[in-house]
Amino acid sequence: MADDLFRALADPTRRTILDELTEKSGQTLFEICARLSMKHQLGISRQAVSQHLAVLEAAGLVETRREGRYKFHDLNTAPLRQITERWLVPDASEPEESAP
Amino acid sequence: MKIHLTSVFVDDQAKALRFYTEILGFVKKHDVPVGEKDRWLTVVSPDEPGGTELLLEPAGHPAVKTYRDTLVEDGIPLAQFAVEDVNAEYERLRDLGVRFTQEPLEMGPVTTAVFDDTCGNLIQIATKPQ
Repeated sequence: MADDLFRALADPTRRTILDELTEKSGQTLFEICARLSMKHQLGISRQAVSQHLAVLEAAGLVETRREGRYKFHDLNTAPLRQITERWLVPDASEPEESAP
Repeated sequence: MKIHLTSVFVDDQAKALRFYTEILGFVKKHDVPVGEKDRWLTVVSPDEPGGTELLLEPAGHPAVKTYRDTLVEDGIPLAQFAVEDVNAEYERLRDLGVRFTQEPLEMGPVTTAVFDDTCGNLIQIATKPQ
């Protein structure tokens, strides 16, 4: 199980970054910083945001792509499936297969 | 004291003049030859012909490349212009083929968007709330 994933999710700022990327995937570092400061009143430096993004990227939750001169950050929620698969409990509401 | 002139470094002054006038809608104010090929080239808003001038400055100085490329890398706009309605301006410019790196976004009291001026810079447009 990827410890990176849990470490990435353990930080509230990183969860906020993921919230914002959920609202719109494909943001520049500038846009992410602006959202954190204007919408969440998080006055953290660009360097700090960049480091948070690096942690999220290491966990596979954020992917970066270059388009010409620009760099965009995209959300990738695929690693989160590992969590549900690890502790998945059968849904109690599902009809049980029973012999008549 | 007041701000009379500000500047953006542009790769190509002729191309910049076309973009800033034909696409963005500024009007040319001064165009004076300086040296072999450079021009003292300024534009102003048609709404304020006597207002702040924007100098389209040649980007030839060696310091400029690192400065601009590093800002673009992080998506940081180099200048900000005020518009009546960011969403309307976004649609108008997008339809003219302008490339946006940030679509209109409400950020607390302002709405902003960021586009590529095709001359080496990212430019932010902003609307204050009514």
